[in-house]
Parts: sequence; C-alpha cells; structure tokens
Amino acid sequence: MLYREAGQFRATYAEDQQIFPLRQDRIGIAAVLVLAFVVIPLAGNQYWLSAILTPFLIFALAALGLNILTGYAGQLSLGTAAFMAVGAFATYNFVLRVPGIPILAAFALAGICAALVGIAFGLPSLRIKGFYLAVATLAAQFFVLWAIQRIGWITNYSASGVITAQNYSILGIPIETPVSKYVLTLSIVTVLALLAKNLARSETGRAFMAVRDMDVAASVIGIPLMRTKLLAFAISSFYCGVAGALYAYTYLGTVEPEAFNLDLSFRILFMIIIGGVGSVLGSFLGAAFIVLLPIVLNYVVPPISEATGIEISHAIISNLELMVFGGLIIFFLIVEPHGLARLWQIGKEKLRLWPFPH
Amino acid sequence: MSATARTVGLPILVVEGVSLAFGGVKALQGVSFDVREHEIRAIIGPNGAGKSSMLNVINGVYHPQEGTITFRGVSRRGMVVHEAAAQGIGRTFQNIALFRGMTVLDNIMTGRNLKIRSTFLEQAVWLGRARREELAHRRKVEEIIDFLEIQHIRKTPVGRLPYGLQKRVELARALAMEPELLLLDEPMAGMNLEEKQDMCRFVLDVNEQFGTTIVLIEHDMGVVMDISDRVVVLDYGRKIADGTPEEVRANQAVIDAYLGVAH
Ligand SMILES: Nc1ncnc2c1ncn2[C@@H]1O[C@H](COP(=O)(O)OP(=O)(O)O)[C@@H](O)[C@H]1O
Ligand SMILES: [Mg+2]
Repeated sequence: MLYREAGQFRATYAEDQQIFPLRQDRIGIAAVLVLAFVVIPLAGNQYWLSAILTPFLIFALAALGLNILTGYAGQLSLGTAAFMAVGAFATYNFVLRVPGIPILAAFALAGICAALVGIAFGLPSLRIKGFYLAVATLAAQFFVLWAIQRIGWITNYSASGVITAQNYSILGIPIETPVSKYVLTLSIVTVLALLAKNLARSETGRAFMAVRDMDVAASVIGIPLMRTKLLAFAISSFYCGVAGALYAYTYLGTVEPEAFNLDLSFRILFMIIIGGVGSVLGSFLGAAFIVLLPIVLNYVVPPISEATGIEISHAIISNLELMVFGGLIIFFLIVEPHGLARLWQIGKEKLRLWPFPH
Repeated sequence: MSATARTVGLPILVVEGVSLAFGGVKALQGVSFDVREHEIRAIIGPNGAGKSSMLNVINGVYHPQEGTITFRGVSRRGMVVHEAAAQGIGRTFQNIALFRGMTVLDNIMTGRNLKIRSTFLEQAVWLGRARREELAHRRKVEEIIDFLEIQHIRKTPVGRLPYGLQKRVELARALAMEPELLLLDEPMAGMNLEEKQDMCRFVLDVNEQFGTTIVLIEHDMGVVMDISDRVVVLDYGRKIADGTPEEVRANQAVIDAYLGVAH
C-alpha cells in the first residue's frame, strides 16, 4: 500500500519528465536529505562521520564517475584511481601556487585537470573496446602515478611524494572538524549527483547509452562517436578528480601517490558492479556496501564465534571480507548485472503491485 | 493511391557506378540507379545480392572503392557516418539495431539528437533551453508514437518487446530524425501477416503524409508490387533490372535470378 502510483496521474509531459516522477520517491529523497544534512551532523559521532560517512560519500562520487563512463557510455576503465590522483595533486598545487584561491574553485579546476587527462587516455577508445580498452586505461593508472612520483614539482619536492592538505576555509569558516568536512563533502556530492541524474535523463545521457548499446546505430542517427566517447571520459574523470580532491582534503589529510593505486581502481569498479552498472543510485549503494561490509562483519562475526565456540581471528575476518566480495561480484556479474539498484527496483515494482500481483 | 497523393519529383539521390569489395568478395559491381523525390523505390534480389551493402554505401557505413553518391546535388564517395544523418538520411537495419538497455521512449528520443542545441552543461542543470527542448522534442516524439500506435509500450525497455514491435520502434526512431530519405532494410521480414499489413500501411502513410522518399529492401514480392513505384533488382552485386513493378516482373533476367532461389 505504501508504494503506489495509483491515482498519481501525470497529465503533462513536464510532469512525466520530472527527476523523480513518483511521489513516494520524492518523499524518500527528501527524507534522506534531511537525515544526511540535519540529523547526522547533529547526532554526529566523530568516528562515524570521519571514518565511515565521509569516505562513503567520496567513494560514491568516484563510483558515480566510473559509472558515467562504464555504466552509461559502456567504456570499461581501470584508471579511476589515476584520475582521482590527478584531482588530489592538482588541488594541492592550485592551493599552493595560487594564493587566496577559494577551495571550491581549486576542486573545480582540479576536476577539469582530471577531465583533460581523462580525454587524453580516452583517445584509444576511438579504436578499441572492452577488455583492450581496459588494458589501455591501465596505462593511465601507471603513467599518472609514475609522473607524480618522479616529477618533484608536482609534490613540491616532498620526500616520497607525500602531500599534506593545506588548511582551508569556506566563507571564513575553517573546515577542520569532522562535521564540517562531512557537510562539505555531502554538499559537493549531492550537487554532483543531481547534475549526473539530470545528464542521464537528457540528450547527453541518451547519447552515452546509445553508444554503449549499439555504436553503429548511434552514428547512423547522427551521434558522433568520437565526441560522445571523449565527453564521457571528460565528465567521468571530472567526477573522479573531484572525488580524489575530497579524498585528500576532507578524508585523509595526508596522502601519498600509492594511495591511488590499482587496488583503489578495482575497489571502485567492484562498487559499481555490486551497486548497479548504469545507475546513479547504484553508485551509492555499491559504495555503501563496500564501506560497510568490513564493519558489519566485525560486529557480526565475533558474537557468532562466541556462540558457536569456533575461534575466528581478525585475519580470518578480513579474509572473509574478500570471500564475500568475490562471491558477490560473481553473483552480480552472472545473475544480476544491474546490481543492488536493480534489486531495489524489482522490490519497488513488487511493492507497487502488492498484495495483488496480477 | 488517391489522386491527391504526393507527386514524384526529380531525382534526389543518384548512385553512379558504385563498386564495393570486401577482400575478394565483390558485394557491388558498377551499380547505378536513381531515386526520385517522394517515391518509394524498392531494391530486391536474392540473399547476398548486395542489397544491404547498397544501403550501407548510401548512408556512409561502407565506403565504396569506385563510384559516387549524389544526394540533393552534393556528390561524395565515402563520408563519416553521422554526417549522412545530418544530411537527412534515416535508416533501419535488417537485424534490429535498437538500444537494448533503453526504453521505447528513450530510443525514439535519441532520434532527435541532431535537433538538440543545448550543451551538456545546460542539460546538467536542467534549466532554460535544455528543459524547453526536452519538452518540445518529447511532444514531437509522442506524435510519432501515436502515428505508429505504440503508446502502450512507451515506457517498456525495448529488449522485452516482441520482434514485430521492435521493428516498429526502430522505424519510429528513424522517423524521429524527420529524414528526407528513409532507407528501410527488410522492415517486414519475420513478421506475421497482420504485422506485415500494419507495417505496409505505416510505410505508405509516412510516404504520403510526410512526403518522405523511401528506399525499401523487401523479399515479399506481393508487398513490393503493391507499394513501390519503381524497383531495382540486384543479383551477385550487379544490377540486372530497373523499372516499374510490372516491367520488372516480366523481365527474363529477373525470372532467371529468382528461379532456383528458395525464399
Ligand atoms: N562487412 C562485411 N564484411 C565482409 N563481407 C560482407 C560484409 N557485408 C556484406 N558482405 C558480403 O557482401 C555480399 C552482399 O551482402 P549483403 O549486402 O548483406 O546482401 P543482401 O543484403 O542482398 O542479402 C555477401 O557476400 C556478404 O557476405
Ligand atoms: Mg540484407
């Protein structure tokens, strides 16, 4: 009964084209926003804010970036962490070398730097697809980290390439506490997610999906493949770049180039596989899942081991984590390629018809 | 056709001496013909005759080694595919080429892409021009949906549709481009009788109401004889006949080519 669209008639195309056409969805989104912007900062547990929620939002943003490229435009990439690194180190340089630059401007410019690097490494996509493209994007992964480690200027000649995020403030308010960092991250991620949702439902999103689903047919109706693919690389890398900047400036504070290694690229790829390829919501679900799983296991496993009397060490728990990841990735790849977002969708459809499925 | 029907005009498309080979396979050899404005021009011939290749040459998917294509007075041999669309050439494929992950509505909306002026930045903020355009094109697409009688499936992902309806959605997507020249590659293949009749009606209506020039590949000779103004016959990459349906049907070379070909 709760999730009904009965009686909600959309009389105009404008109503039908709203970002969330269903009233329940609008209420749900509003509730989540109130929770995230008001309740959580007030109820703020420092540990949760700085160690779980802020990184969750940053990973969700990076996953969203990868999803734009891989899920919407169908171009597989293993260079996500490299584009994040560009964002982080570019922000560092903008703040270092442009006195008085507002931090948001530095984030945006860093995103643009990442977009340019993304375009450069997207060029092979004009010739190659799928697995081979993924291998080509690996070049980005290795080249970018190599450049950051070898070109001293980028890290201001710091030993072993470690940078420490400078202090910054917005409108005179210093962003130092876990709450302020969380709210800043949340604001940026919310705005960028909204923009992505709008892109996905307009011409740009349709062109991306057309190229993904059948590139010859896309070009036959007038979609230029080269421009569309490179735009997907640019937008995707912009998102990843901003995520990388936040990774350094609202989460870790001190980062080394190695933080952006291939492992991170894979983690983000797993997020979109589990969360849902080609879905804005899926990027958030996947990030939540991967951030929360180890925590949940840590809470759940010890009581089980006590109850059953089986000794389970921390090493086993972290192995368990890998096994659960592996199992789920195989499950989603084979059984439900659209991930948790699709399961959520199916659940909603069932609820919409419940209790009379016919 | 009624007396008030469209009047066939001057040639809008001229194909001259087109030859196309894939390695050793000569798909087309010195093929020439023209298509007049507003007419329905059929291309027939046995399997492998080069019919689909001919359409691919016309809209730039294949680049012939010899010959020229002149569309509305502009001559060329090869071109970038998406430019053919910008010139007003629409196309459907023999094997359905829909965007499988998208709904019917989104598939057809994609056909409007060349008419959208707003940039991706405007679309991201969904204000002003981007929003107005989205609504205006939605209205146009809904007209096409009504015209092809597919209102009931507009929100369905195309992958879930039966074959006959997929073919219709593909026609809708091509119509959304408002093409001057529409290339249809076996639009009725694999359909049952009722679906075929519907599709015939739609092709004729498109031609009459919008004045769209149509080049049609079709195997069903009954359909070809009924709806086309003139017919080109290809066999082994060569043109063996060209004329009205009656002339072509009486042509000895055509009868020979079709004997022994089961279809
Ligand atoms: N992309 C291609 N690569 C190689 N050979 C092709 C290709 N497209 C068509 N051909 C060949 O060209 C010939 C004509 O094919 P086609 O134009 O599809 O014929 P039709 O549509 O009349 O059945 C066939 O021998 C076919 O194998
Ligand atoms: Mg064919």
